[in-house]
This record gives sequence, structure tokens and C-alpha cells, in this order.
Amino acid sequence: MMQSPFSLTDKTILVTGASSGIGRATAIECSRLGAHLVLTGRNVGRLEETLSMLAGDGHVVIAADLTVEEDIDALVEALQPVDGLVLCSGMGMMTPVQFSTRKKLMEVFDTNFLYPVELMRRMLKKKKVASPASIVAVASMGGTHFFTVGNGAYGASKAALDSFMKFAARELASKSIRVNTVLPAMIDTPLIHRGAVSDEDHAADALTYPLRRYGRPEEVAYAIIYLLSDASAWTTGSSLIIDGGKSLV
Amino acid sequence: MTEFIEKFAEIFDDVDPSSLSADTKFRDLDDWDSIAGLSVIAMADEEYGVTLNADDMRSSQTLGDLYAKIQSKK
Repeated sequence: MMQSPFSLTDKTILVTGASSGIGRATAIECSRLGAHLVLTGRNVGRLEETLSMLAGDGHVVIAADLTVEEDIDALVEALQPVDGLVLCSGMGMMTPVQFSTRKKLMEVFDTNFLYPVELMRRMLKKKKVASPASIVAVASMGGTHFFTVGNGAYGASKAALDSFMKFAARELASKSIRVNTVLPAMIDTPLIHRGAVSDEDHAADALTYPLRRYGRPEEVAYAIIYLLSDASAWTTGSSLIIDGGKSLV
Repeated sequence: MTEFIEKFAEIFDDVDPSSLSADTKFRDLDDWDSIAGLSVIAMADEEYGVTLNADDMRSSQTLGDLYAKIQSKK
């Protein structure tokens, strides 16, 4: 039987932020399509939990705090060249402009932009990205399309990530490394359930989406899988909107 | 409390601290909106090192309630 172009059979895929949310869902769904996963993140316990949820075998956990130089070194060193890299690690932050201090902006830019980009850079430099390969970064509609009150620090960091990946797509095309992003709107993950917006307000907001609910982590994972698979072999530098129709409103 | 009221008033362009007290219902202020709500959370973090969440905000009616929440979390 001919293999589906959407299959990930025998592709090795590194997922950052694999301990929860979109990262965890992406790891699980990739494993169901035959990929071998390398899971990374800070929390070993929760990474092991993700590992236990994967289908198939040949998966590994390499815990790393991307903010720690030695951790990035050790992670990159331990890797075999990967066919796919998914940058899911990130943090949320709600802070109005007048309170968005340099310190706060640095924190969110470090986590959402500088460290993911630094990991990608080192992997490329150390030849840990195969050719061909596919890199996917999780950016956000909240950086490129929706300018929600208080979301400037987060949004700007995700917009930076989305932008940088287009330059990477251009430069890496000659190595047959494709680079794309996904742009989710609100996804029901732990990231949105702490902090400044109540669950009641989230429930009301969800009804403003044409599809009448927030997204599920696996619904972002399926889009990421498309971009990792050979089905998207001629797609690079794109930003795939996954927003329940919200941008139409 | 006086200091808290001054810092609260600073969030707005045109609110005189002397018009506010512990009994002021902050949601009734003309200038109250979602940015003000986020600004109170940010101010509590910056000035008092305290993280107020959405539940703390919702369960507070007056400036005195907010101040008590901040004190209890210090």
C-alpha cells in the first residue's frame, strides 16, 4: 500500500515545550503517525508523563531549560539530526503598555523568541537538522492579527518569532529545510487558565468565535503535522491560521 | 491605604486621589475599563510584589477589598 503523504513514519521530530499544552498534543499526535519523538522541556516529571502517552517506540526525553546555556549545549550534543523541529515552548503575559517594563518584555521575549531561535540556530550550526527537514514554530494570531488589550508583550514576542521564521525559511530553502509557523487563536491550554482573565470571561469570549468555541491543542497539532509531513513539501515561509474563523469577524 | 489609593489613582488620567476612599466601588468609576483592571493587577505586582488573579478582582468591590487582598498575599 502506498504511504500517505501525511504520514510521519520513521521521521525523528524534536518537540520543545512537550510537557503540556500544544507541545504535548503535538508529540502525541506525531507518535500516532509513526514518528520517533525527542521530547524536551524543563519539567522531567511532566515530560515522562507525555512519554507514557505516546504511541509506538523509539522515543526519548531530554530535559533542558532553554534559558540555561549548558542545558542547550547538552541537548544539542545529545541529538541525532532531526527530520522535524517543533518550537512550542512559550509563556503568556498580560500587561498594559504603561506597565510593560523592559524587564517584563525581556522575560517574555527570552522565552517566546530568543531561546527558541537560539536552539534552532545551534542545531543548524551543529548539523543537527537533516536535509530535507521541516521546522515549525508556534506563533500566535495574538501577535499578527488580534491586538487584545494587555497582550502587547506576548503578542510582540510572537510576532517577532513569526517574522524571524520567514527569514529562516528563505535562507534554509537551499538546504531543503522548510520553515513555517502556525498562528493559533485562543486554545484551551494551561497557559490561558492562570492569571488576569477569569474562566467566565473566557467562556463568553469563546462564543465570539464563528465556530463557537476555543481551539483544542490537538487541532493545532494536526496543522503542525501537515507542515512536518511530505504533504507540505512545497510549502515554506507560510503562517497557517488556526482560529475557529475569528479573523473573519 | 493612602499610598495604595494614590497608586490606584495614578492608573487614570483624571482621577483625584482625594475623591477616593476605602469604600469607593472602583467599577463605578467613569474611567474604569478592562485596561484599568489589568493595570491594577500590574500595579499590585510592581509596587507590592503581589500577584492578583481574576478571582481576586471579581471578588473585590471596593478599594478597601483590593487593598485587603494585596495585604493578605504579601
